[in-house]
Amino acid sequence: MITALPDPAALAAAVSGRDRLALAQALNLLDDRRSAARQCAAAFLDALPAEKLDGAGHLIGITGPPGAGKSSLTAALIQVWRRRGLKVAILAVDPSSPITGGALLGDRLRMHASGADREVFIRSLACRGEFGGLSAEVWPMSLTMLAAFDIVLVETVGVGQKEIDVSKMTDTTCFVAQPASGDSIQFLKAGIMEIPHVIVVNKEDIGLAARKTLSELRITLRRQMDPEGWQVPALSASAALGSGIEALADALQAHRDWLTAHGQFSARRQRCQAEWLVKHLREEFGRYGMNLLGGDEALFAALAEVPRRSPIVEYETLRARVLQGFQQQVRKL
Amino acid sequence: MTTPIKRDKPWLMRTYSGHSSAKASNELYRTNLSKGQTGLSVAFDLPTQTGYDADHPLARGEVGKVGVPICNIGDMEALFDQIPLGQMNTSMTINATAAWLLALYVATAERQGASPLQLQGTTQNDILKEYLSRGTYIFPPTPSVRLTTDIISYTVKNIPKWNPTNICSYHLQEAGATPTQELAYALSTAIAVLDAVRDSGQISADGFEQVVGRISFFVNAGIRFIEETCKMRAFGEMWDQMTQERYGVQSEEMRRFRYGVQVNSLGLTEAQPENNVQRIVLEMLGVSLSKNARARAIQLPAWNEALGLPRPWDQQWALRMQQVLVFETDLLEYGDIFDGSPVIAAKVKALVDGAAAEMARVQEQGGMVQAIEAGYVKRQLVSSHTERMRAIERGDLRIVGLNCYKETEESPLTGGKDSGIMKVDPRAEREQIERLEAFRAKRNGTEVKAALANLAETARSGANIMPASILCAHAGVTTGEWSQTLRDIFGEYRAPTGIDIPANDDSRGVRAVAIRTQVTKTGVELGRPLRLLIGKPGLDGHSNGAEQIAVKGRDVGFEIVYEGIRLTPEQIAKAALEEGVHLIGLSVLSGSHIEMVEDVFDQLSKVGLRHMPVVIGGIIPENDARMLKDKGIAAVYTPKDIDMNGIMVDILNLIRQAHDLEPVAVA
Repeated sequence: MITALPDPAALAAAVSGRDRLALAQALNLLDDRRSAARQCAAAFLDALPAEKLDGAGHLIGITGPPGAGKSSLTAALIQVWRRRGLKVAILAVDPSSPITGGALLGDRLRMHASGADREVFIRSLACRGEFGGLSAEVWPMSLTMLAAFDIVLVETVGVGQKEIDVSKMTDTTCFVAQPASGDSIQFLKAGIMEIPHVIVVNKEDIGLAARKTLSELRITLRRQMDPEGWQVPALSASAALGSGIEALADALQAHRDWLTAHGQFSARRQRCQAEWLVKHLREEFGRYGMNLLGGDEALFAALAEVPRRSPIVEYETLRARVLQGFQQQVRKL
Repeated sequence: MTTPIKRDKPWLMRTYSGHSSAKASNELYRTNLSKGQTGLSVAFDLPTQTGYDADHPLARGEVGKVGVPICNIGDMEALFDQIPLGQMNTSMTINATAAWLLALYVATAERQGASPLQLQGTTQNDILKEYLSRGTYIFPPTPSVRLTTDIISYTVKNIPKWNPTNICSYHLQEAGATPTQELAYALSTAIAVLDAVRDSGQISADGFEQVVGRISFFVNAGIRFIEETCKMRAFGEMWDQMTQERYGVQSEEMRRFRYGVQVNSLGLTEAQPENNVQRIVLEMLGVSLSKNARARAIQLPAWNEALGLPRPWDQQWALRMQQVLVFETDLLEYGDIFDGSPVIAAKVKALVDGAAAEMARVQEQGGMVQAIEAGYVKRQLVSSHTERMRAIERGDLRIVGLNCYKETEESPLTGGKDSGIMKVDPRAEREQIERLEAFRAKRNGTEVKAALANLAETARSGANIMPASILCAHAGVTTGEWSQTLRDIFGEYRAPTGIDIPANDDSRGVRAVAIRTQVTKTGVELGRPLRLLIGKPGLDGHSNGAEQIAVKGRDVGFEIVYEGIRLTPEQIAKAALEEGVHLIGLSVLSGSHIEMVEDVFDQLSKVGLRHMPVVIGGIIPENDARMLKDKGIAAVYTPKDIDMNGIMVDILNLIRQAHDLEPVAVA
């Protein structure tokens, strides 16, 4: 028996009904590379309730250099959200070994605070060396989790430009800065790093170094503004002491409220999917392939005009168009 | 008639023991003392060590297994019934709950009519190594170190003959430490503890010399007994220098390196276990031959430790080994036989230099606490242990009976009705719970409440925890209540696992590459990369095995989910579900494997994953292995399974079998 494929509609209904086993199976399905499974996954994503995927929940990315305390901060945030009655799903992306392809998925350990709580669901994901920082499954998995949870948080290691992909595929991105390390500030200043929506300096318990980093960040941020007009807050917190966590949760929520108030919420979700499509098409076909589709900008514009569809269906459609373009080019030759 | 030769006083001879119940352990202690044992060494069960009462859900299967359960003063009084504490020298292997067990000991002594001034003994009270090995920590490092300093400050003032802390390099060696690492990390721990006591302000400047003088160590001795002798001399030299330079201790006596020993368990084998007898004896030489670096107290493991729990006869044999060395040989008639040896001096110097360099690396990170929190020390230990395991697997490190000279006659020692090990009475847990319930029913609830409120207030205020704990002991507070009060205030901690080390050369070896290819191919056949969950259910913190399997699994291409020690079966099932794993590997070394497996299967059924293949590793007797397989365990691994690559192929094929794929062979 090679695992039989589920009925996509029934699976989508069970996931929306918050059946934990169904959710686990759905995530396994989205991870499955076989073509029959991919078709099934496409149908499953189509069957998920669109209103939840486009307009509900809060999809948050949390990123920062290794050792900055992302996981412990996430664990602390989970506690706050649970106290506020919110159900939380986490996608924790860990690096895999470039030599062996194997991976140690350790974020669960660092988030252990969630214990046996059934309203918290954590799936770890190895980045599998394929797409730089973020593996292709992250977006479809995030969407699936949005069908069943109030908060979906994607945690990735990120410090430079490539790894911060997560900021393009979430409603709100939170960057966790390492105290006493000027790297992130340099990246911000140089414009190498995508500007996050919220910046937090963890480990305020260590004192001076954290305060210094925070004030440097605030000075840098005054010069840099989110192009859309959101003023990026720089906060201080300590996962160890549990301080500043409520304020962090509030700041994340404030950004979501801001998106809604400015009528940008659904557009941003749609843009997230477009970013995902473009990124992975480019991974597969390169600049030449993208030009066959009329270039990034034209593609983004076209995608913004029609309602969001199942990401896999959309991807396969675009993929077919690229391949068709290739064939035409070959025929011309 | 010849004049009697002047002999040195023998060291304290102990056997680490305790099991089932306070009453059963008391009988064992009295028998051991009558056989010539000169001190006691109390082994507590895991619920007592991690602060749970016998009826707590996490205690299930663990009560009375690796030691004696002590839930309250009633148990403590029963444990020392007819043993006058005013005259005894008792070592207690207790860490996270050390303050509580010491409080129970003091209260019991008071009820026997003894004065705290008379009490002699040791609380292990070295929490930092628990984060690296053994794993019976509860609270985060900062409040834990505060409890340690409270015990030190209190005993120096009130129980002056007590050794308040035994800084352990023992468990570091068990976790894979080289002699250099043992020296470096034990001495760095001592610095962390002494600095904390100094900074706590509980001890006046002129009293600090006393504190340094009360610090003792608990050391391991491996089979390379010449190097171990040198290690002990290096410890003495470095401690003398450190206490003088860093803490300005003038008195030579206060700078003396005092230590007790349990010889190495890591090197004891399940294969041809009788060979462990000569290993234990040789290891004892490493800590006794050099008079200037001789142990103050020695306890020896039993020859059959790798098979299961030792019986009284096995412990007697261990004691007799010491007695033969002390009473029959001429060891105690000479001065130090190594002084002046250039070979020894050169080796000692190499160890001192290596350890000093590693200590400097720890200090650069801010000290031992910070280096542990950052995961640095644990990674160093996991790396060393991985090297050791690979060397055994390759045959470079020879272990007789395990990876060479494996042919053997049938052993008459393990052939008996009990297969050569002791079984804890399965009724022990239920009876302990009944005693606990009866105790709770009889005590004065108002007094208990007041004592706990006082404890909480003390914990928050930062005052010394000991007086409030002794009050709790007399009031009838239980181990679980004392610990929960502090858990609520200090919080709980999970230590870094240290498994995030780089892949080593073996992962590029022919066999590893061949396995990896098959792992990847099976992943393609099943649609996604293969995932393993490594789970440690229960309270047992011995994580070497789980860590080694995790690292090896990663190196042959599996995606590994490992959440560290002390998980409930419910959490394991939850992780298996959420992470979409293909197989679960459990590791249990406390002897509670049957109960743990039953509970894990129950929980897997509840989440709809009863079909998932589950394997287990641990100290599992053959009869139990059969029983586990009957219950549905797919494979059982014990310490004699050293072919890690072979285990990986097994696991791969179990996954294939679960999905109706033909097994693959990897040459």
